Amino acid sequence: MQKVTRDILVNKAKELLANGTVDRVYGWKKGEFAYDVTPALFKSEKELDEFVFGDFCGANVSKYLVAESKKAGGKILVFLKPCDTYSLNQLTTEHRVDREKIYAVGIPCEGMLTGSALKDKVDSVLSVETEGDTVKVETLYDGVKTFPASDLLPDRCRNCKSKKHVTYDELIGEDGEVLDSGRFDEVEKLEKMTPDERFAFWQGELSRCIRCNACRDVCPACTCEKCVFDNPKSGLENKAAADSFEEKMFHIIRAFHVAGRCTDCGECSRVCPQHIPLHLLNRKFIKDMNTFYGEYQAGEVVGNRPPVVNYTKEDIEPSEAVKRGE
Amino acid sequence: MSVTNEEYRPLIVAFCCNWCSYAGADLAGNNRLAYPADVKIIRVPCSCRVNPAFILRAFQRGADGVIICGCHPGDCHYTSGNYYTRRRMALLFSMLDYLGIEKERTRVEWVSAAEGAKFAATMNDFCKTVAALGENKRLEDLRCKK
Ligand code: SF4
Ligand code: SF4
Ligand code: FES
Repeated sequence: MQKVTRDILVNKAKELLANGTVDRVYGWKKGEFAYDVTPALFKSEKELDEFVFGDFCGANVSKYLVAESKKAGGKILVFLKPCDTYSLNQLTTEHRVDREKIYAVGIPCEGMLTGSALKDKVDSVLSVETEGDTVKVETLYDGVKTFPASDLLPDRCRNCKSKKHVTYDELIGEDGEVLDSGRFDEVEKLEKMTPDERFAFWQGELSRCIRCNACRDVCPACTCEKCVFDNPKSGLENKAAADSFEEKMFHIIRAFHVAGRCTDCGECSRVCPQHIPLHLLNRKFIKDMNTFYGEYQAGEVVGNRPPVVNYTKEDIEPSEAVKRGE
Repeated sequence: MSVTNEEYRPLIVAFCCNWCSYAGADLAGNNRLAYPADVKIIRVPCSCRVNPAFILRAFQRGADGVIICGCHPGDCHYTSGNYYTRRRMALLFSMLDYLGIEKERTRVEWVSAAEGAKFAATMNDFCKTVAALGENKRLEDLRCKK
């Protein structure tokens, strides 16, 4: 499915390591299973043997640069899909990464498949291969199965917001365009429900949360060194929700903390082991900010000021804001 | 919950900024304008001191309604605090509504130090609205209930 291959990326990495432009590479290596790919750092040409690239390389590696770019040494090569470049820009805006120490190579993306969607369909996966738009899965007990790739696309790719790289030092392939996606359709559907229906919907989703904090840990906007959710005195530290309050608290606060900085990269929903559609919370804030304060895309331009830390004298009153959509 | 004959009284938490709304509440008192004793006022230096978590916390600890009062836009003692309050609360309230939590339980009002009558009227009205909704069930923590 992907237009770029592993070999193109590895050759590029080797070239840049050899000519001294960079001294390490952030990419992906094989995880425990065929569909399970994990971000990894490669420090030499030899280590690059383990580099993988394919349809399951959805992990956004920009957050790893927060720690990595603080370390001594030369530049870090990183391969970024269009949506990852928004994250890098946002991190640069927030001074969380040292952009000077990063050599970003933009790579095209045809949509990345999710392992969790695959696991919902089949058990005991031995190997996965994509040929064109078909995914071929070899399983331990069920033989070989095939699916259309679109079945395994997460919402963030089905409603991709942009194929354009907003920052890069070099580009592989052609740059795309910002897309007109239907990413707010689901939010609108929820808005049209009655409050009781919405409450039931969210209770069904959020009560499943096991507070593993994976969504926070993966989030490129969640880079505080001391997070409120790790503070035992806050009463919010890791524990499964006990009641209707705790169910909401973590999610409201987390979504609020990243409001205006969340680039809608969709990583939170990807990693959630409970399949909670967390992007629907972030997109609600994005949609509201767009309607109340004008179109804004976090990470589009370095230095942009998010709507929550800005104001105009004519802003909408909170009482009016909740009346919208009635 | 046991059945009693007592009339249900909502618990209201009002965050009032020191410079306008808290003085407005004082004025309401000086002028002997009545508003329900169910309103518990918490004084804050500025309306923008109210972190969204404070509001959620108030609900957790048993509040049935939370109101934030500050200086009128343009009159904030710190010039721009309430403009930020306005944005934050617009987004927070909209999110609460999105999660199915009754939007009548939260409110922002601008009350100046000279508006004792507005303060009393606002509180009376808010208490009535919240009382009609009944107890807060959607953001409650049973362990915090009496
Ligand atoms: S949840 Fe909030 S405090 Fe924690 S890392 Fe994310 S933004 Fe920071
Ligand atoms: S990743 Fe999912 S289960 Fe884990 S804390 Fe986040 S929402 Fe809860
Ligand atoms: S001082 Fe009253 S709102 Fe800021």
